[in-house]
Amino acid sequence: MSAVGRVVSSGVGRRRWLQTLVIGLVALMAVATSVLGGALLISSRAPFDTAFAEQNGAHLAALIDAKKVTPEQAAATASATGVVEAAGPFPTGTVAVKGSEANSLALDLVVVGRADPAGAVDKVSLTDGRWATGPNEIVVSNGMNLSVGDTVTSSQTTLTVVGKARSMSDTADAWTSPATLAALTTTTGYQMLYRFSAAATATEMAANRAAVEKALPADAMIAARSWLEVRREAIEAAAVFVPFLIAFGVLALAMSVLIVANVITGSVASAVRRIGILKALGFTPGEVVRAYVGQALLPAAVGALAGVVAGNLLAVPLLARVQVVYGTPKLAVSWWVDVVVVGFVLGLVAGTGWIAALRAGRLSAVDALAVGRTSSGGRGRWAARLVGRLPVPRAVGIGLARPFARPMRAVLLLAAIAFGTAAVTFSVGIGTSLVRVQAAGEHDIADLVVQPPLPTRGEPSAPAEDGPPADPAKVLATIGAQPGTEAAYGERQQPMRMTGAANTVNVVAIVGNAQWNRYEMISGRWYSAIGEATAASGLLKATGKKVGDTVTLTGNAGTATVTVVGEVFESGEAIWADLATVGAAMGETGSSSAARAAGGERGMTRDSFGYYIAITDATDETAYLAQLNPELKNVGLEAFRNPHSTEPLVAALVGLATLVASLLAAAAALGVLNTLMLDLRDRVHDLGVMKAVGMSPGQTVASVIASVVGVGLLGGAAGVPIGMAVHSVTLPTMAGSAGTSLPPFITDVYLPAMLTALVFGGLVVALVGAMIPSGWAARVRTATALRTE
Amino acid sequence: MSETLIELREVTRQYDEGPPALRDLTLTVNRGESVAILGPSGSGKSTLLNLIAGLDRPTSGTVTVAGTRVHTLGEAAAARYRRAHIGMVFQFFNLLDDLTVQDNVMLPAQLSGVRGGEARSRAERLLTTLGIARHADAYPGRLSGGERQRVAVARALINEPALLLADEPTGALDTASGVDVQNLIKELHAGGQTILMVTHDLALAEACATRTVHLVDGQVSMDTLTGAPS
Repeated sequence: MSAVGRVVSSGVGRRRWLQTLVIGLVALMAVATSVLGGALLISSRAPFDTAFAEQNGAHLAALIDAKKVTPEQAAATASATGVVEAAGPFPTGTVAVKGSEANSLALDLVVVGRADPAGAVDKVSLTDGRWATGPNEIVVSNGMNLSVGDTVTSSQTTLTVVGKARSMSDTADAWTSPATLAALTTTTGYQMLYRFSAAATATEMAANRAAVEKALPADAMIAARSWLEVRREAIEAAAVFVPFLIAFGVLALAMSVLIVANVITGSVASAVRRIGILKALGFTPGEVVRAYVGQALLPAAVGALAGVVAGNLLAVPLLARVQVVYGTPKLAVSWWVDVVVVGFVLGLVAGTGWIAALRAGRLSAVDALAVGRTSSGGRGRWAARLVGRLPVPRAVGIGLARPFARPMRAVLLLAAIAFGTAAVTFSVGIGTSLVRVQAAGEHDIADLVVQPPLPTRGEPSAPAEDGPPADPAKVLATIGAQPGTEAAYGERQQPMRMTGAANTVNVVAIVGNAQWNRYEMISGRWYSAIGEATAASGLLKATGKKVGDTVTLTGNAGTATVTVVGEVFESGEAIWADLATVGAAMGETGSSSAARAAGGERGMTRDSFGYYIAITDATDETAYLAQLNPELKNVGLEAFRNPHSTEPLVAALVGLATLVASLLAAAAALGVLNTLMLDLRDRVHDLGVMKAVGMSPGQTVASVIASVVGVGLLGGAAGVPIGMAVHSVTLPTMAGSAGTSLPPFITDVYLPAMLTALVFGGLVVALVGAMIPSGWAARVRTATALRTE
Repeated sequence: MSETLIELREVTRQYDEGPPALRDLTLTVNRGESVAILGPSGSGKSTLLNLIAGLDRPTSGTVTVAGTRVHTLGEAAAARYRRAHIGMVFQFFNLLDDLTVQDNVMLPAQLSGVRGGEARSRAERLLTTLGIARHADAYPGRLSGGERQRVAVARALINEPALLLADEPTGALDTASGVDVQNLIKELHAGGQTILMVTHDLALAEACATRTVHLVDGQVSMDTLTGAPS
C-alpha cells in the first residue's frame, strides 16, 4: 500500500471511527434526502403528458347512443378521417351505488364494460388489486374513495372492489366485465376511444370530432370529451401541489449541500497538526491533499451508497401518493437521479475536503505542528473572565466561555444548528401550508351532506319518482331548527357561459352563508348583496378578469350580470353568488336523483340543490341524522355523513416534511457532534487537568453541554428567521409559477408559540449533538488524558 | 504513634502489554511524612502516583488514603476524593492557559462548591504566601517556569488537602527555579503537609524528603528513612 493509502486507511480506522461514522451518516442522509428531492423534482416535470403518452391516451372519448347504432357501426368509426388508432366499442352505463356503511353517500358511477385494461388506446393502469373479470366484481378509478376489498351495493346487487386503476383519459369512474355491466344496468351507449394524426389544438380536435360524427348516423354521438379538456383539468388539480413538491426537493438538496460542506470542512480543519506531522515526514502538499480528500471520500462513498438504497425505499411510498395527485399511473426514481445525486454529493465532499486540505497542505510543517500545542493565542479570555464572575457553577462557566476560545469552530457549530433549525422551520411551515392548501382548495369541512336519496330499483332515473322541487329556504329552515346545527347552506351548480371565458364556468348559486366551508379570500371579500359574486382565482386567471369587473352569465333560462367583489383560493373555474342573483338565469331545478350526474365521490349535485351542514362538537352525528332524515324525507332529500375526501398526498407530504426535517435536524446534530468531538479531542489534555483537580463526570458533562447552549440558542434564533424567510419567498414564488396566489390563511402559518418552540429546537439539536461528546469527555480516563499531547 | 495516611497492600497494575507496572507492592505513608519515590524510567513511579490519586485503578490489591478505599471508587467518587484529600503538582504545571493565575488557583475550590468570594479569598492568601500575588491577574503563559510551578502548588493546596502529590515538580525547571520550588516544598512540609513526590532528582529528594522509596521493575527495592530534610 502506498504511503498516501496508509494515511487514508489509518485516518478512517479505529482511532477516528467517530469522525468516519459522522461523515458516512451525513453522506447517507444527504443522498437519501437528495434522492427524495430529485425524485419529486423530476416527477413534477410534465407528469400528465408523460403518463398520457405511456398509456397511449385517447385524444377523443366518445359515447355513442346504443339505441341508434350497432356495435359494428360504432367500431367502423375507427376508419374515420384522421383516426390513427381506436379502441372499443365498450358498453357503458350509469350505475347508482352506495357504500356498505350506514348513511354513506350515494354515487352515480359511469361504468365501462372492458374485458381487460389493455388495448390500442387508453391502456388503463392498475394501481392496486387486479382487473374485474368475474361476476359482481368492479375496478374503481383511483379518484374514488374506495379500497380493494370494499363492497358497494347497486339495487339488490353487491359489488366487490377487486382493483383500482387509473385512466389518463379519464374514461370511466369504474370498470366491470361486459357481462357484469349487462346484469347491472341497461347499456345506454358504446364508448369509442380514438387517437388522431393531429390533435394538438382545440381547432384540430373540433375537426376530429366532426369527422367521427360524420361517420355515424345523425345525433348518434351522445357526448365526446377531448383530451385537451382532460389535460386542463388534470393540470389544474395538480398545479397547487407542484410548488410544494418542488420546494421540498430544493430544500432537501440545498440543506444536504450546506451540511456536507460544514462537516467536511470541520473534519479536515481539525487535522492540521496531523498534516504537519505528515509534512515533516516528507509528504508533499499534493499528497497531503490527496490523503485527506481520500479520508473524507471513503466513508462518504459508503454512506452515499447506503443513502441511495434508503432514498429509493423512502421514495416508493411517497411517489405512490404523488402519482395519485398527478393522476399518473406509475412514478419511480430514475436511475440517473441516483447516479447524479451520488456523484454530486461525493463531488461536494471531495471539493470541500480539497479546499480545506489545500489550506492545511500549504501551511509550513512547523506552523502545522504548532497547532494544538500552543495556547489559543488569548482568544476568548475576556469571555472566560466575564463568565467566571457569573453566579453559575464553575464547570458550567468554563463551558459557556468555550465558544469564544475557538470562534471559527463556534461559527461552524452555529452554522450547523442554524441550518438544521432553518430546515425544520421551513419544513414545518410548508407542511402546515400544504395542509391548509388542501383545506382551502376543497371547501369540504362540512360534517353532513343533504341530497336526493339513492333510487331503490335498477334504473337510476325514473321520472315517476320525481316530486316537486323542495324550497331551499324551507329546507334550510328545517336544518337550522335541528338541535346541534352549527351552520348550513344550500347550493346548486350549473355550467354557464361567461363573458370573456372560453369554457363554460361552474356557477354556484347559494342559499345561506357558505363562507365557513373554508372559502379563503385572496383579495376582496365574499359577496354580500344581490348582483355581487365571488370568483375563483383559477377563473380570474383564465379570463383575465379582476375583482371589480362586471361579467354576464348565461344559463339555461337567461342571463345574470354580476360584479366580482372577491377572489377565492380555488384553482377551478367557478363563481359563487346568491341564488337570488343567478337563480333566474339557471331556470328550474331538477329535483331528484335523475338530476344527479356523476359528481365524484363528494356527491356534488349538479343542477339540483345540495346542502352542507356543520354540527356542533357536542352533537352525535348518528343521532342527528336519525332525527333530521324523517323530516327531509318529506321533501325528497336525505342527509349523509360527508365522506371527507382525505388527500393521501397531503398525509404523505406532511410525513415527508417531518422526515426531511428530522433527517436534516439529525444531520445538523451530527455536525454538532463532529465539531464538538474535534474540539474535545483538541483539548483533551486540559480536560484531564480539570478532572485531576476534581472535576467530576457530571461536571464534565455539564461543562460540555454548557459549551453548546449559547450556540444552540443563537443558532435557533438565527435559523428560525432564515427558515421563515425561505418559506415566505418560496411559497408565493412557487405558487406564482403555478399561476395562483395564496391567501393569508395559507401563508401566515407561524404562530408565536410555534416560533418559540422552533428557537428552542435549535437548542435541542445542539444538546442532542452534544450527548455523545459529553459522555465521551466524562468517560475519558484522567491519566490517559494527561498523557495526551 | 504516627497515623497512617496512605496504605497500599499487594498492589499490582498490569497494562495490556508487557510486564506489570507495579507488582505486589505494599507501602504505607504516615501523616506528616515527605516521601520521595525514586527509580529509573519504567519502574512504576507515575503509576504509583496515579493509583494514590485515584486516576487509575490497580489490577489487584488495595489502595487506602485517609480512610478512603480508593481502589473501589467510581469516576465521580474519585473526583470528590481528589477534591477533598489530594493536591497534585505536575512536571509541566498543567495550568489552563485561558484562565488567569487566580482563576486557575480557584478552580478546585469552585469545583468543590466553595462560594466565589471564599474561593477568591483563599486563592489570594495562597498567592501571597507563595509570593506570586502580583501575578494574580496574569495568564500562565507570561510567567517563568518557577512561577508557574508556584501557581500549580497554590492550586494544589487550595482545598487544604491531606496529601500533596508531586510528579517531577522540578523536572521542567532551570536550576534556579528548581531550587525555588525545592525550598517551597520544604516549607510546606515544615508546615505539616504530607508530601509524596516522584522524582529523578536526587538533590530534590535529599533536600525535601524524610524518606526515600526506590522502585525497580514495579517493586520496592529500597525504603530508607532519611530523617529531617537537609
